[in-house]
Amino acid sequence: MTEVLIIEAGKSEKHYWRDLWRYRELFYILSWRDIKVRYKQTVIGALWSILRPLLTMIVFTLVFSKLAKLPSEGAAPYAIMVYAAMLPWQFFSNALSEASNSLIGNVNLISKVYFPRLIIPTASVITSLVDFLIAFLLIGLLYLYYGYAPGWQIFILPIFLLLAFVLAMGAGLWITALNVKYRDFRYIVPFIVQFGLYISPVGFSSSIVPPQYKLLYSLNPMVGIIDGFRWCLLNGETPLDIKTVLLSVLVSLFFLWLGISRFRKMEKSFADII
Amino acid sequence: MNDIVIKAEDISKKYILAHQQAERYTAIRDVIAEKVKRVLKGRANKDVIQSKEEFWALKNINFEIKQGDRVGIIGRNGAGKSTLLKVLSRITEPAGGRITLKGRVASLLEVGTGFHPELTGRENIFLNGAILGMSRIEIRKKFDEIVAFAEIEKFLDTPVKRYSSGMYVRLAFSVAAHLEPEILIVDEVLAVGDAQFQKKCLGKMEDVSRNGGRTVLFVSHNMTAMQSLCNIGMLFEKGELKYKGNMSETITRYLKQFTSGKRKVQWEPEQAPGNLNAKLLKAEVRVINRPQAIADIFETGDALEFQFVFFNEKEGLTALDVTFHLLDEMGHLIFVGSSGIHNTVVRNFERGEVKFICRIPADLIHEGSYNISRLLLVQDRGTVNLEIKDVIQFDVISKQEENWGWMGGKEGIIKPRLEWFY
Repeated sequence: MTEVLIIEAGKSEKHYWRDLWRYRELFYILSWRDIKVRYKQTVIGALWSILRPLLTMIVFTLVFSKLAKLPSEGAAPYAIMVYAAMLPWQFFSNALSEASNSLIGNVNLISKVYFPRLIIPTASVITSLVDFLIAFLLIGLLYLYYGYAPGWQIFILPIFLLLAFVLAMGAGLWITALNVKYRDFRYIVPFIVQFGLYISPVGFSSSIVPPQYKLLYSLNPMVGIIDGFRWCLLNGETPLDIKTVLLSVLVSLFFLWLGISRFRKMEKSFADII
Repeated sequence: MNDIVIKAEDISKKYILAHQQAERYTAIRDVIAEKVKRVLKGRANKDVIQSKEEFWALKNINFEIKQGDRVGIIGRNGAGKSTLLKVLSRITEPAGGRITLKGRVASLLEVGTGFHPELTGRENIFLNGAILGMSRIEIRKKFDEIVAFAEIEKFLDTPVKRYSSGMYVRLAFSVAAHLEPEILIVDEVLAVGDAQFQKKCLGKMEDVSRNGGRTVLFVSHNMTAMQSLCNIGMLFEKGELKYKGNMSETITRYLKQFTSGKRKVQWEPEQAPGNLNAKLLKAEVRVINRPQAIADIFETGDALEFQFVFFNEKEGLTALDVTFHLLDEMGHLIFVGSSGIHNTVVRNFERGEVKFICRIPADLIHEGSYNISRLLLVQDRGTVNLEIKDVIQFDVISKQEENWGWMGGKEGIIKPRLEWFY
């Protein structure tokens, strides 16, 4: 059985999604490579993906709860509230920074071998997902330490994780495409990430935002995702505002569309630009 | 016909050379700065920004290749060979035209693409295999064969950063050689490894296409390898397909290109380039150790002679010397030749024709394309009376019998004859 491939100017669209499926093993292999290499080079290895959110959590708890005296969500310990937000935030920010540099870091592959380029940034988002899963295990220890137990809501978490994944993919692809064209975008990404940490409700509860601004605030898709994570992990003590979540879904889907379409458009000339 | 596996119709590829930018990528600060400038100046300098030049790397290429053919693609640097391979392997899109490929294509444009130095040999086999399009099951099936071919059994679990370069190349090639696509595209990868391993690779390639019925496309500058490996040749020149036919005929035509160059330039005194001090009447390079009739192609091992004829316009006695810069195709300065360097006695010349002859001994320069980028007529060992740029160009090809089994490219900038005692 031989298949026929036709290459024509401007008509790569047809094979693209089929090729993506055909090269599916490459997702796995590239993520596996990134993870393996990361943990081979650093001494503390996997500990790193736990230490970062943990230390940030401690600092945020001290600053926002002890110094600024901000309220927690119901009866939930402040530390767990922060950690529940830290998880999706770290995933998102890691995915964004890793994805945006992924193509530049794999120039040799792009200029020498064909495969759907979408695989490279996607693989780095998957790599960040692995970090997320490692960091997620730690919340169990926090529950034990504070003697706190999550409710049935924790089983809804995969849905919000999927939402975070969609957002990270979309924004990641978009930034990746921009980063290839405008090489100084890499200086902007760390800034976005740092800025986002403070405008998203990571260190504080989104309930302290005045109600009249809540909808506007929810335009930041991370608000819906973080609220969702807290609702799942804090026994439903965070009120889940359906409007906030819907808005987050819409904005995330918009980013996914924007990211894929920008990426696809840029992709054709990647090998020539790089 | 049913056994045609590659059919190219009218394909072309265009690159845009932007003269404004020194770098290939844009920085957003530049874009913003440019926009601001334009607004301030009222779009006055739009023409300056738009100074872009089109460059056709491939122009209307048509060909058909049958199943099981071993095709050698040759041409000089920049003729479009590598661009063609990139288009065929879908790394870049063509600007126009249509290519029909029957079967799975694997391309090997570089040895060890995607190898990660921190990973072990075993891990890299899987990584590299997946990048080249093999499935894990396929790699697992071929794993032992790959390892045996590369001869690295003992170092399978050592990170490849600790490998010698020879081992690295052997492993990389071995993975690629065990791909089983219907169409295999190979670019100049034989230019690595030792001669022994090169022979082994060539054997493997031949085996793959002869017995496996696969189609192989090669690009190489090594005519010996191409001759022994390929049955069909394609000759490219400046983005166009000049000839397609049997391999030896293609090679003959290719070598003829090397007689073109610009080996001799000559002017009538009135048209000669120059100034009030002097004019250049003639510059020439030729072979002196073989009869001219058969020496239309310069080979390594030829002794060459440069002749420069000037017309000295200065009255009275003038102390003159000639200096020239010899560059290779990469723009490396091979040497500066000067009549003044090893001569302490300066010669004086009257007004009139002045002839300088300079001989380059046999067995000094390597194969390649050469260019006399600057030719200077110097007075009193310091004042430049005349400077002419890009005077003559010529090519030297490698004398094949000197190469032993070496299938790779040129190594080193010069190839001097050394004295050996043993």
